[in-house]
Amino acid sequence: MALDDLKTKDFAFVGTRPNRPDGLDKVTGRAKFGADAHAPGMLHGAILRSPHAHARILRIDTSRAEALKDVKAVVTRADFSDQVPFAPGLEGEFWNVLENVMAGDKALYDGHAVAAVAATSALAARDALKLIEVEYEVLPHVTDVDKAMQADAPVIREGATDYSVPEGMHPNVVRMHESGHGDVAAGFAEADLVIEDHFTTEATHQGYIEPHACLATLGMDGKGELWCCTQGHWIVQKTCAALLGIETANLRVTASEIGGGFGGKTTVFIEPVALALSRKANKPVKLVMSRSEVFRATGPTASASMDIKIGMKKDGTITAAEGIFRLQGGAFPGGPAEYTAMCAFAPYNLTNVRQVGYDVMTNRPKQAAYRAPGSPMAAFAVESVIDELCNQLGLDPIEVRLKNASREGTKASYGPRFQRIGLVETLEAAKAHPHLSAPLKPGQGRGISCGFWFNHGGETSVSLALSEDGSAQVMVGTPDIGGSRASMALMAAEVLGIPYDNIRVTIADTATLGYNDVSHGSRVTYASGLATIKAARHAVEKLCERAAKKWGIPVDAVKWENGCAVPSGPNAGDFDPLPLADITADMGRTGGPISGHFEATPEGAGVSFATHIVDAEVDPETGKTRVVRYTVIQDAGKAIHPTYVEGQFQGGAAQGIGWALNEEYIYGEDGRLQNSVFLDYRIPVASDLPMIDTVIVEVPNPGHPFGVRGVGETSICPPLAAIANAVSAAAGVRMRNLPMSPPRILSALKAHG
Amino acid sequence: MQYHSPASFAEASQLAAAATGTTRFLAGGTDVLVQLRADIVTPDTLIDIKKIPGTRDITRNADGSWTLGVAVSGAEMGEHAALVADWPGVVEAMNLVGSTQVQGRATLTGNLCNGSPAADSVPAMVAAGVTATVTGPNGERKVPVGSIPTGPGRTSLAKGEVVSALHIPARGEHAGDAYLRFIPRSEMDIAVVGCAVNLRLDGDTISEARVSLGAVAPTVLLVEDAAAAIVGSTLDDAALDRLAAAASAACKPINDKRGTIEFRTQVAGVLARRVARIAYARAKGEIIKGHHG
Ligand SMILES: Cc1cc2nc3c(=O)[nH]c(=O)nc-3n(C[C@H](O)[C@H](O)[C@H](O)COP(=O)(O)OP(=O)(O)OC[C@H]3O[C@@H](n4cnc5c(N)ncnc54)[C@H](O)[C@@H]3O)c2cc1C
Repeated sequence: MALDDLKTKDFAFVGTRPNRPDGLDKVTGRAKFGADAHAPGMLHGAILRSPHAHARILRIDTSRAEALKDVKAVVTRADFSDQVPFAPGLEGEFWNVLENVMAGDKALYDGHAVAAVAATSALAARDALKLIEVEYEVLPHVTDVDKAMQADAPVIREGATDYSVPEGMHPNVVRMHESGHGDVAAGFAEADLVIEDHFTTEATHQGYIEPHACLATLGMDGKGELWCCTQGHWIVQKTCAALLGIETANLRVTASEIGGGFGGKTTVFIEPVALALSRKANKPVKLVMSRSEVFRATGPTASASMDIKIGMKKDGTITAAEGIFRLQGGAFPGGPAEYTAMCAFAPYNLTNVRQVGYDVMTNRPKQAAYRAPGSPMAAFAVESVIDELCNQLGLDPIEVRLKNASREGTKASYGPRFQRIGLVETLEAAKAHPHLSAPLKPGQGRGISCGFWFNHGGETSVSLALSEDGSAQVMVGTPDIGGSRASMALMAAEVLGIPYDNIRVTIADTATLGYNDVSHGSRVTYASGLATIKAARHAVEKLCERAAKKWGIPVDAVKWENGCAVPSGPNAGDFDPLPLADITADMGRTGGPISGHFEATPEGAGVSFATHIVDAEVDPETGKTRVVRYTVIQDAGKAIHPTYVEGQFQGGAAQGIGWALNEEYIYGEDGRLQNSVFLDYRIPVASDLPMIDTVIVEVPNPGHPFGVRGVGETSICPPLAAIANAVSAAAGVRMRNLPMSPPRILSALKAHG
Repeated sequence: MQYHSPASFAEASQLAAAATGTTRFLAGGTDVLVQLRADIVTPDTLIDIKKIPGTRDITRNADGSWTLGVAVSGAEMGEHAALVADWPGVVEAMNLVGSTQVQGRATLTGNLCNGSPAADSVPAMVAAGVTATVTGPNGERKVPVGSIPTGPGRTSLAKGEVVSALHIPARGEHAGDAYLRFIPRSEMDIAVVGCAVNLRLDGDTISEARVSLGAVAPTVLLVEDAAAAIVGSTLDDAALDRLAAAASAACKPINDKRGTIEFRTQVAGVLARRVARIAYARAKGEIIKGHHG
């Protein structure tokens, strides 16, 4: 049996746009999200949080809360494992997570959990929290990344710094990354114009509509069940088991439907707490965060302070580029400084490039991944400087980017050589797009930007089982955060040759499938898709074997075509095509159930590039900005389900618009978060957004059987820069600090005169 | 928590007067219930005034003035063509509150008595000269609505006092009103600055004006200097400059997460110009639809 390894054309199912299998449940309210689970005898949990940005916890007295009739358990840090080792940097990540989900000696940020209660009602639990007395010694705090690096900044945790940080830096600097090649000093000397500038971005939250929610049961026997809203239940299983001191396999975790994650649900916050409460109360415990808790105590992305220096010749050639990126990721190591540094110059083929990233701790919540973590800020800083160079040298921004663009074989700014990539194709598509030549009205400006993300493979396991009637069920382990069940079914349909509607894709729980990495890194359609294709091919091999046996010919004389076993050629014999359903109808008698399986850590994710075009309008009297036109052009490798690819493109742009214009974490002098509700955390509403046009570029990824590249994250890389370039053009003044809120724009206009 | 639904304002007033702890009246509940769920204010006594007869009525009196029941929702105001024709500014201000869902419940009285300096309908009511009937243990009194809010979350209503009706003056000839707010987004946001203008013309010349600002001081402001700046003018550029300067000068804002002092002060002037132009055009008989945002 011959199977082509890379298929790039003549698809029957891939590239079509059927309805998503979860669509009906979601629009009718039948879908079960995190907070939709109930269990007999269930208790409700609530978490007490620190009102201080930085404080030593001197004493916690839970006795008054425990005395209440409705209260069945109260937990503090003492109720978690004391076997989780502390280690510097990310080596001690389990310890970091434990410290984050329940404070130890110190409260490290406003909103840090210090105790939790389980009671017979949500209201009783909330009221019981008010009876817990915590005595704090308030300590000096720091929430700004630059201030946290200064000599007089309070030290958040001694010993958190890993080997990468040179001596003499403040202990809040916990990791450092440096990379590049060539000689930047020599490169700057060759330039006709060198621009050096400073940029900042604020922390923003993923803003998923569904707050974290879970239902946990952990018995005296050490066996547990956990239902939760997550992007990856195996990491939840592994982490919770470690934090509670139980064996991994004894905790079964089921992922609910998910109301958005965008990276923010790739770790745990409330799950270990609910399990600890359940273990103590010996009852199921449900925990649901409020929106305010989501803002205060889950992971926003990092804020950044960046210095960029780029040299250019009069003809647009970039001679050298250098960037310093400081990212604060809250009171723990893990700010994505190395990603910021590595992504910064990746779109460009540079002879001389150097990038440095610093991961800095502050008294803020532990950052979590947010769509291409670290890359959007880098693009904002770098692409703003390139825009300014083009302006000052009178060069066309697309031509300059094309001239310097990374291509197949380019040595990437972060090290390796690129394989087949599609940046040039996105720039060519931008050049040809009517948006680029459409006239602008007075007061409007246009901006463009490129963006880059690595994409990820990750541990993956998929099983596929055929039913007697010829339908198929596919078990994947990556929660569906963007329509992936539809894409899996399309890929399985393509291999099996049976209709899309005859395939049901389920997100298996941790007890029914092997380990799967989280749905992150734009990896699901790539990695689970690859595994689905290979699992389907595995089943096809078995189908062909059954046909060969029936026909009495060797298995290599049978091939699979349009859902049927057929003789591979005229010499193989003259047999009518044998449809899949005819084989499965007899499978119990011809060798038993037929299923396919595949597991691996695929390495060929294929990096992805995008180019965005934005028109913005600024009201010079109020500083208010409106994005009036937006076009996303991105390489998808192969769009399995084009509608959901477009959805990812649009979603990234929409979130980018929020980040660029109005979203920000606002801290007061007291270190408290001032805007922990959607009223004041200004995410765009529907009427703030223009129609976001999309162009899908398809440059097949050689690392996937159908050429797929992940698309979920790259779409948020260019927006900050593209919008900043558009707004700067409209306002006539360079905007270097995000968000470009009206007060900021108005004061920039004033300063400009 | 005790929940009451009295049949008259006298009874509502008695219940409130006798209550201990925290009391809230329940009109649309779009502030009360949100604050309850967010654990900001948990009332001990909740007095639902919606079941009192007449609280959903919009009545045009013989003299052309209007009486509005205290449970009339924003949506009901927006759908009342004659009210919109007379007082487009008051209605557009109320209609800016929240979303379609919120509009089905939210009331002018609730917006007023919640005491937010950023409440959208309040500057429009102040500019329009709206008065309120307040029913208390000692009977009724009538007050200008501007005297009710006394600071963020505070009002001049005494224990046992409840607003029992709102009165909008007769519109009269050659007059118009308008309201605009500044928000960074297009909707579902809270005013960083709000401005209302109500004026009357004699020919092309402004003969009467009232200018009111919201969100730039602890309470709504009636800015007499701003009104004086345009009275007697045809709203020419010089008058608009004077108006903007007077509006900015009246601001006593704070720096907060929603805006800076500098920003609010400047934008107050910008809005005053824009609102005055709309009110002027309306006084001239032009139909100008409410702005969303
Ligand atoms: C999603 C959302 C968006 C919003 N957007 C806006 C907005 O854009 N602009 C804006 O200004 N507001 C906004 N609000 C706030 C709120 O909707 C308004 O303030 C609304 O007008 C309140 O009216 P209500 O009838 O719901 O008041 P309620 O919540 O019923 O009451 C509010 C207050 O008024 C008091 N009260 C009510 N009736 C009386 C009475 N008869 N006598 C004495 N006191 C009384 C109550 O005790 C309470 O303190 C928003 C709220 C939500 C939830």
